[in-house]
Amino acid sequence: MDRRSVTIDGNEAAAHVAHLTSEVIAIYPITPASPMGELADAWSAASRPNIFGVVPDVIEMQSEAGAAGAVHGSLQAGALTTTFTASQGLLLMIPNLFKIAGELTSTVFHIAARSVATHALSIFGDHSDVMACRSTGWAMLASSSVQEAQDLAMVAQMATLEGRVPVLHFFDGFRTSHEVNKIEQLTPDDARALIDKDLVRAHRERAMSPDRPVLRGSAQNPDVFFQAREASNPFYDAMPGIVQRAMDRFADRVGRRYRLFDYEGAPDADRVVVVMGSAAGTVSQAVSYLNGRGEKVGVVKVRLFRPFSVEAFAETLPETVRSIAVLDRTKEPGAIGEPLYQDVVTALVEARGGDGAMPRVLGGRYGLSSKEFTPSMAVAVFDELKAEAPKRRFTVGIVDDVTHLSLKHDPALSTEPDDVTRAIFYGLGSDGTVGANKNSVKIIGEQTPLYAQGYFVYDSKKSGAITISHLRFGPRPIDSPYLITRANFVACHQEAFLERIDVLEAAEPGATFLLNSSRGPEEVWDTLPAELQREIVEKRLKFFVVDAYRVASEAGLGPRINTVMQTCFFALAGILPKEEAIAHIKDAIRKTYGRRGDVVLERNFAAVDAALAALHEVAVPAEVTGSRHRLPTVSGNVPDFVARVTALMMAGKGDLLPVSALPVDGTFPTGTAKYEKRSIAQEIPIWDPDLCIQCGLCAYVCPHATIRTKVFDPSALRGLDGKAGEFPSRPWKGKEFPGQHLSIQVYPDDCTGCGVCVDICPAVSKEVAKHKAINMEAKTENVLRVERARLEVFEALPFADRSAVKAETVKGSQLLQPLFEFSGACAGCGETPYLRLMSQLFGDRAMIANATGCSSIYGGNLPTTPYATNAEGRGPTWSNSLFEDNAEFGLGFRLAVDQLEEYARTLLRGFSAKVGDDLVRAILEADQREEDGIRAQRERVAALKRALEGVEGAEAASLVAVADALVRRSVWIVGGDGWAYDIGFGGLDHVLTSGRDVNILVLDTEVYSNTGGQASKATPRGAVAKFAAQGKGVAKKDLGMIAVDYGNVYVAQVAIGANPLQTLKAFREAESYPGVSLILAYSHCIAHGIPMATAMSHQKDATASGYWPLFRHDPRLAGEGKTPFHLDSRKPTLPFQEFAMKEARYAMLSRTDPRRADFLLRLAQRDIDERWHFYEQMAGVERTVPERGVVGVVS
Amino acid sequence: MSVDLSTRYLGLDLAHPIVVSACSLGFDLGNLKRMEDAGASAIVLPSLFEEQIVHDQLAVHEFYEFTSEKFPEALSFFPEMNDDNTGPEAYLRLVESAKRSLGIPVIGSLNGNSTGGWIRYAKLIQDAGADALELNVYRVVTDSHDDAIAVEAQDLELVTEVCRSVSIPVAVKIGPYFSSLPNFAVRLAGAGASGLVLFNRFYQPDIDLETLRVVPRLVLSTSDEVRLPMRWIAVLYGRVRASLAATTGVHEPQDVLKLLLAGADATMVASALYRRGIGHLKVLVEGTRAWLEERDYLSVGQMKGSISQINAPDPEAFERANYIKTLVNYTGNGAIS
Repeated sequence: MDRRSVTIDGNEAAAHVAHLTSEVIAIYPITPASPMGELADAWSAASRPNIFGVVPDVIEMQSEAGAAGAVHGSLQAGALTTTFTASQGLLLMIPNLFKIAGELTSTVFHIAARSVATHALSIFGDHSDVMACRSTGWAMLASSSVQEAQDLAMVAQMATLEGRVPVLHFFDGFRTSHEVNKIEQLTPDDARALIDKDLVRAHRERAMSPDRPVLRGSAQNPDVFFQAREASNPFYDAMPGIVQRAMDRFADRVGRRYRLFDYEGAPDADRVVVVMGSAAGTVSQAVSYLNGRGEKVGVVKVRLFRPFSVEAFAETLPETVRSIAVLDRTKEPGAIGEPLYQDVVTALVEARGGDGAMPRVLGGRYGLSSKEFTPSMAVAVFDELKAEAPKRRFTVGIVDDVTHLSLKHDPALSTEPDDVTRAIFYGLGSDGTVGANKNSVKIIGEQTPLYAQGYFVYDSKKSGAITISHLRFGPRPIDSPYLITRANFVACHQEAFLERIDVLEAAEPGATFLLNSSRGPEEVWDTLPAELQREIVEKRLKFFVVDAYRVASEAGLGPRINTVMQTCFFALAGILPKEEAIAHIKDAIRKTYGRRGDVVLERNFAAVDAALAALHEVAVPAEVTGSRHRLPTVSGNVPDFVARVTALMMAGKGDLLPVSALPVDGTFPTGTAKYEKRSIAQEIPIWDPDLCIQCGLCAYVCPHATIRTKVFDPSALRGLDGKAGEFPSRPWKGKEFPGQHLSIQVYPDDCTGCGVCVDICPAVSKEVAKHKAINMEAKTENVLRVERARLEVFEALPFADRSAVKAETVKGSQLLQPLFEFSGACAGCGETPYLRLMSQLFGDRAMIANATGCSSIYGGNLPTTPYATNAEGRGPTWSNSLFEDNAEFGLGFRLAVDQLEEYARTLLRGFSAKVGDDLVRAILEADQREEDGIRAQRERVAALKRALEGVEGAEAASLVAVADALVRRSVWIVGGDGWAYDIGFGGLDHVLTSGRDVNILVLDTEVYSNTGGQASKATPRGAVAKFAAQGKGVAKKDLGMIAVDYGNVYVAQVAIGANPLQTLKAFREAESYPGVSLILAYSHCIAHGIPMATAMSHQKDATASGYWPLFRHDPRLAGEGKTPFHLDSRKPTLPFQEFAMKEARYAMLSRTDPRRADFLLRLAQRDIDERWHFYEQMAGVERTVPERGVVGVVS
Repeated sequence: MSVDLSTRYLGLDLAHPIVVSACSLGFDLGNLKRMEDAGASAIVLPSLFEEQIVHDQLAVHEFYEFTSEKFPEALSFFPEMNDDNTGPEAYLRLVESAKRSLGIPVIGSLNGNSTGGWIRYAKLIQDAGADALELNVYRVVTDSHDDAIAVEAQDLELVTEVCRSVSIPVAVKIGPYFSSLPNFAVRLAGAGASGLVLFNRFYQPDIDLETLRVVPRLVLSTSDEVRLPMRWIAVLYGRVRASLAATTGVHEPQDVLKLLLAGADATMVASALYRRGIGHLKVLVEGTRAWLEERDYLSVGQMKGSISQINAPDPEAFERANYIKTLVNYTGNGAIS
């Protein structure tokens, strides 16, 4: 049998089988399972057939609940059907899981197991999602490696067809789903031979058909439900045997043999660890290590967790076992133990109970949210098993200094064999490092007899993110599902990292260190931080340097250095002879980039050929000579929490934090992003005050709040002006601040260098047309020093009085303090300017409910938080519930706030005598529409609290507790289009009808940005996206008009780059409207395939073409003879095609399929024309809104 | 007796001297058929630009790479397409389908920016079936260090290389800005060029007074512009061993006639087709025929070059004095003579 060796990740391994054996695939994107759906979609798009000779129908649904429903229906109608999901997605499927199992329906769902959000969301892997499905009646089959993710996917499909019990086939999210490893790939013939056609026919015969009608899904009563539930018992009794037979048949054909429980280790082991998932490989290595030292230990790898076969488990366990540790990758707070532990205990009792031979059983948790689990931790577990008084419940991999459950382990212990090459590469997100490393794994895995493994760690930022690639190569299959801690090769692709992180931490003595540096072998040493020099000297590293940027640039590849670095790696690692390696690299380049054209290939080949000539060994001095030092993670006066906790996370040392360091309930301080000085920009904007017209646009569009304006009395500079040398400012042009000056300041270490501010600046020099009032300049050390000093002065200046600022003007709004700053969003992000603006206008009284997505990641992904506080300590308070429920979540804020306000008002009325009638009346009748009214109310509430200080009684205390609710709160419901148009639309629609005072901000990127560009119902016709590779065929949903239709909803469609003032008006009107407001904010995105630096200007074309018309619908204007719907943009003047061809999402289709592109673009133009015609008519429509102003009329 | 309009250009026998110049109308096969139906005697296809291919391939590459492996949740942002069509394939398919669909000669056109590129794409265009190849030698030299002799030498070298690499006739389309055009023309012919196409009309950028930006601006030619190629064809006629084609300013039958009288083997038209439609070709052909018939010419061959510099009664009229005379007449009479 000719089977290929392929190097793929776990997702692809599982999806390969799923696509071969399915007819319908309904999916919804969720990390880390999304790639399975994307691959299936891509294969179907390329007409790859299943084993029945038909191309599977892949459909993207509006949510996982929707996907499960579609799967359920498809199964009922007789198609072999599957889906892929994880975490909350799986939880959304649970109702259908019960149904599908209850109906004994053959199917397999493939799960990249991921943490379920609790105190925090986490995209990383553990078993909390699948364990939440234990009671659904599904069989649960665990794969522990990439090979198994393929093999057991097939076993699951074979078994479910025979046994009729549906199977959750799961493997560890990221660790297995994203690990690239060399596996033997099953062929379609294998699948044809293993899938029993009679069983497929039986599946179809059980399906619904009007030719043999049945009724399924009846409603049953107490008389029969119970019995009917028990009627399926024989199927569950039979299932373990069926799964084992499927494994045996698989082994007979393929050769790899699996058992329900596989045992490895000493046949006479006294200690055994029971484990499921990728950790099985880790424990195996510990077992070999310990047995090699004369101990007698073993590991039971659980494959079929449900139905749990007591018999098979008992047979697997050596009779000699005295103690067992059961490891669970999940946490079930309050339970006697975690699920696997409980089942093992029960199984032991049932198998051996009563005869006095019960081994001691410990239960431990490990690896939550992809926490590292290493052989040394497994050794610690075995050690615990031989302790006299072991911890019956333990954790391993963390330091628990609160409940003291954690086991100590020796991080220095390594079980890695010497003949394995272990390489670590530090790169920058999107710099090609990861891609080249994936290629290297492929080269070695597929072109040589060697085995290869790749695992890739990304940080939490979307701009300037660091990637760390962990690659292993060796003569035997590599089952080491943990990060490399002893590397014999380390490459740093970005010189700038050396100042910030310890790239040589994992380098073992004698290892090779390769640095990409513009400095040659003679000069580079003196530029290194002393700490790095010390490691190189003390570890006696072989140090090489290559100027990869120069090589790439000379080859015509611009800054793409990946093939240069890859060639140097092969040359230095010596895994293959040099010539052979280069031939393989070129072959890999041909395979990877072949479709991109000859030019790309030739230039990459040229880079490969030139790489080695530029590679030089550095003569390492005998001692450290450097005076430069690595920068401290945080410096200056930082809060205690930041210094103790946040700083460690920022430094990549969060694993070292003990349990006591972390909040017990997921509550974190805001305003910590400012301590994370990442200094990632190569160029930063510098203000030229002589040209500035003081429009404020630079600050207004800044996605990162790193260009700011302040107005100040020049006298405020006294005592400060010496600090910065010249501190540039100009007299404020405006009547509201007579005699005051304006300063515009960049935050040089926070700026991402996106260039949006410079692009939007309208003030151009009359002498040199390319020179503006703000210009990007290289961030040299001198520029940095000057701007840091100026920033220090700028920061010391006070903010303008909010009530004096003309916040209704663009320039005025930028004098308000941003309370959303320095997020980790992509450089030039199109969403964040809206959030920054909202935070400036309303942040000091804002409560934000944030749907899961990009905005929740850059808004709430640790280590730091961009939501900030002002000098009084006020600022946005932020929370993320789920993806699907955000509108309801935010509505809940309003319900509570209104209720607390009402309670406060009720209490207050009873305190007239004690605090003064005037104060009570003033509070109750306060006009809080404008800033000065809000400030006055805050002062009254403060006065009230002071007055209540001396008042005895519970009611006074109660009033003090809720008095802050008397100041108007601004409730914001924020999310992307995936939430608003798709998964959360039902809830959003309900909230739209609620009449309650909430502001809904939809950051519409027209695609699922956070999970990598899948189509949503906001994706416009003709745009290419994942799941719309042929260009989306249907038009975008007009969410604005759906909301307008309700009549009493304030609706605005805005584009901040197209019409800044209209955006500002919309935000102010929406917030002031005492009912539901919806703002649809056009948010450019890297998923549009546009240059981000000019994206704000490009928004003008979006509006000029009618693609994104601007409007405001204000119900307050209804019934006054006015038309509530107001069109704010002019009749389209630009053909849609001219706008569209500047975006790769449209342009790529015109390349790949010009006829379809032409067809869709013409339809899209007609969409635009028709919509404009409709809107124009709407702008002339008078309406009355009978219930306007009546809160809560729909209940 | 009907007049013989036939001509020979690049060794190709053409029914008459009115040929469609390289222009974007030619990207559409339907337009190509309409051109033939309207009477075009040959068609020069729009240019394949190597620079465009390089730009597109690198842009697509950069686009995929820029959006990949960025973040653990989004390892890519776009589905990888089966074919981004950044190579020459679409152009070569156009050559093939034009050859399949048309009975008249089809001339490919190429603008390269590397010696390897010129040769590679020239061969591909030949293999796709083109009857001849027009090299669109287009460059705007802006670096003051670039020496004119070296620049000309490079151009000659690439013409030599291309002519060596293909067996179909090769024409070279050049711009008008040379210190000694006749010398360069002779050297091009010596390098193997079968014909010269005069002239490439460079698109001149414009300045937008609203945005204060440099913007591209396409301006169609007018009949007045025909005098530039006319003069140089008149000068080169009989002095260069190569076919001479005129392009720029051919709008009316009169323009065709003047160029033929000056010595053109073929006259090429593009702007007039944008302005008046493809059917205008018929007007040019018939107008030319009518003029010749009215004056009892027997053939185009009879008139070709009859008022070239070597055959004109006042050859110095094609030289610098002409300019002075024009100026004098203008200032003297208030009208351009």
